[in-house]
Amino acid sequence: MEGGLVLLGGGSSGVSTNESAVLSKVEVVSEAESELELGLGLSLGGGGGGATGKTKAANSSWGECGRILTAKDFPSVVSQRSNNGGPFSGTKRAAESVSHESGSPSGASQVVGWPPIRSYRMNSLVNQAKAQRGDEGDSGVVEKDKPKDALKKKLNSNGKQTTVNEKGHLGFVKVNIDGIPIGRKVDLNAHSSYESLAQALEDMFLRSANSLEKEPLALSKLLDGSSEFVLTYEDKEGDWMLVGDVPWRMFVSSVRRLRIMRTSEANGLAPRFNESNERQKSKPI
Amino acid sequence: MMFSFPDEVLEHVFSFIQSDKDRNSVSMVCKSWYEIERWCRRKVFVGNCYSVSPRMVIRRFPEFRSIELKGKPHFADFNLVPDGWGGYVFPWIAEMAGAFPWLEEIKLKRMVVTDESLELIAKSFKNFKVLVLSSCEGFSTDGLAAIAASCKNLKELDLRDCEVDDLSGHWLSHFPDTVSLVSLNISCLGSDEVSFSALERLVGRCTNLRTLRLNRAVPLDKIANILRRAPHLVEFGTGTYAADLRPDVYSDLAGAFSSCKELKSLSGFWDLVPAYLPAIYPACSKLTSLNLSYATIQSPDLIKLLSQCPNLQRLLVLDYIEDSGLEALASTCKDLQELRVFPSDPFGAEPNVSLTERGLVAVSSGCPKLQSVLYFCRRMSNEALVTIAKNCPNFTRFRLCIIEPRTADYLTLEPLDVGFGAIVQYCKDLQRLSLSGLLTDRVFEYIGTYAKKLEMLSVAFAGDSDLGLHHVLSGCESLRKLEIRDCPFGDKALLANAAKLDTMRSLWMSSCAVSFGACKLLGQKMPRLNVEVIDERGPPDSRPESCPVDKLYIYRTVAGPRFDMPPFVWTMEDDPSLQLS
Repeated sequence: MEGGLVLLGGGSSGVSTNESAVLSKVEVVSEAESELELGLGLSLGGGGGGATGKTKAANSSWGECGRILTAKDFPSVVSQRSNNGGPFSGTKRAAESVSHESGSPSGASQVVGWPPIRSYRMNSLVNQAKAQRGDEGDSGVVEKDKPKDALKKKLNSNGKQTTVNEKGHLGFVKVNIDGIPIGRKVDLNAHSSYESLAQALEDMFLRSANSLEKEPLALSKLLDGSSEFVLTYEDKEGDWMLVGDVPWRMFVSSVRRLRIMRTSEANGLAPRFNESNERQKSKPI
Repeated sequence: MMFSFPDEVLEHVFSFIQSDKDRNSVSMVCKSWYEIERWCRRKVFVGNCYSVSPRMVIRRFPEFRSIELKGKPHFADFNLVPDGWGGYVFPWIAEMAGAFPWLEEIKLKRMVVTDESLELIAKSFKNFKVLVLSSCEGFSTDGLAAIAASCKNLKELDLRDCEVDDLSGHWLSHFPDTVSLVSLNISCLGSDEVSFSALERLVGRCTNLRTLRLNRAVPLDKIANILRRAPHLVEFGTGTYAADLRPDVYSDLAGAFSSCKELKSLSGFWDLVPAYLPAIYPACSKLTSLNLSYATIQSPDLIKLLSQCPNLQRLLVLDYIEDSGLEALASTCKDLQELRVFPSDPFGAEPNVSLTERGLVAVSSGCPKLQSVLYFCRRMSNEALVTIAKNCPNFTRFRLCIIEPRTADYLTLEPLDVGFGAIVQYCKDLQRLSLSGLLTDRVFEYIGTYAKKLEMLSVAFAGDSDLGLHHVLSGCESLRKLEIRDCPFGDKALLANAAKLDTMRSLWMSSCAVSFGACKLLGQKMPRLNVEVIDERGPPDSRPESCPVDKLYIYRTVAGPRFDMPPFVWTMEDDPSLQLS
């Protein structure tokens, strides 16, 4: 470490008073630093192998370090191809995606916040790109050279804009839980099933509840009715529904926000179809 | 001789000094200048709302009329800052409401604004004129209705890129008949949030309207009516620019655009249908700013359009423009100062358009006034970057995003250190830089050596070791904001350069290798910094101290630690016994 600084001192032009103050501070902290150095489990410089050690996902249990996502860990196709013998030989692909949530969708690397495009713009782009790649869902198929016809489809479908993504972040919807005033956001695009969404929500609220040192909220099995809480959502029409009744994709395209409600308050929630009204009410909650 | 000037004279002189930086310098000349200046400062800018308390600001500047506040760190734009982190404006409004009813302007960026805050603004400031909310969230149309109803002197209402809860589309009807807006930007509102008839009536009443940016829900066939009611518009943003082609609608629209003789800036154009594009041609020769970044039109149509806009200074566009379109741009728009090219399919595995480094090189070569660039592409070379740097020594902002992280020079397979090095070496006035591609510690050495005017640096997936961070912190004299994600920077450089952090506004590091122990140490040693650890996995002290933190946000403050943090943010405590003078 000291060696590194000496190299730098030689190269930089003009040592400002700031720098000399900094250098004197270095001596004072050196003891603490060397302890830190010993304590750090990851290699920080040179060699690409340093990151292999821990591959646990970031949301593993406490008491362990959890994996640190550094440049070396990033599953980059290009750096494998380049193979220039530099410090990035053979990056290690994480077992889990780097976005901290399981079940990320297929396609290019889904890193949170990358590429750095603002949410508002991302929503418009994703809707257009999905449509052009011929995705399913209610956005219809838009061909590059036939915009008019496709737009007719879009505009006619419900007169309003197509998917929920315009109201919130890319796939991010707000989720509130009864009893905690601060809401969170969850990225629906990072999930492909109700189970993985429920798991993520349980992790999110179970953990923050513990850190508040309250009674741990029994969130397990949000979906099957065996928990004290039930997962509900508000759809495009403004109705509140129980999560889980419709196919996943239909849910994703119509959900506006989520609410984890106490089971006791969930009676009488509007079911998806009127016919199943009675069925819903008699379901054990 | 200066001492014999009466205060009123000095005050009059100071009134010509508008820039914040200059005002700050003036106030440091001597005590009497400090006193005079603080009484006559009319605009206050607070770059980080947690760096100072509202009470302190009001105490020092008892007569300001305009305040600008910024809240969340920049990376909040990309969902890296968890919801609930902070940035609440209410405490500021509450303090100001009590202290001075004559406040006229509030400008906020990345803050949480509640309906309660908006209602308090509406109630408290009788002469309120300007509300600009940029990338804010937390309010609904109810709050907007309160503003509309009570702020009789409102001139500007600008909601750019905000997240607004839609409750009713009729908030616009709450504007009284006497209101005379100069600027209205509702481009971020969702479908249900605007009533067209109310909008038309409002536009008709506001004879001084110069800026109007509509939201996506306003259909194409409504634009003509609106434009006819506002023939003096200088800046206009359309809604959805798509409809079945109908001659009557087209000619109506074309007529409306030609009647607006003062249009200089156009935006909107969601879902743009090329058939309707010629309707704006009459306005093109005067256009200085064009935002087509939501328009999915292809290069040939873009080229035709741009050939009509020789006075263009600012262009935002999707990568559908391709290299060919940028070459055309370079040959027609010689006054171009700012270019932003956004990706149309950022997550596609393969490039969907032919946009490469060639386009940017062409623009750099053809547009001598180019100063500000934001460019998303999929490949780059050192050779291209060096050429660009040499072509444009006047760059003030250069942000390059190569979509796949750690992409090497596609010609040589080397890192892009030399290319970015050329940028900082040739562009001596560079204030803002964003890096991407394969980068080693060497690029940071170049930056630390050459980028002496650099104020903001954004780094992602780059560097090899702490030396990289050390180069930047020790070399970049003008650095104010540094944001880093997914880089192998740890404790050493940070601790060795702790004093530097006192001279900067803020530092953000996420998914790096800074340990909790180092954060604690920094918090203890540096009383004028707030060291915030953001970690959604749980309390950092439930893990070993050597464990890296998930996210770290450090900012200088005279207000001490804040108390409005959510459960997943911890501020490291000061420890007076450990502080160094």
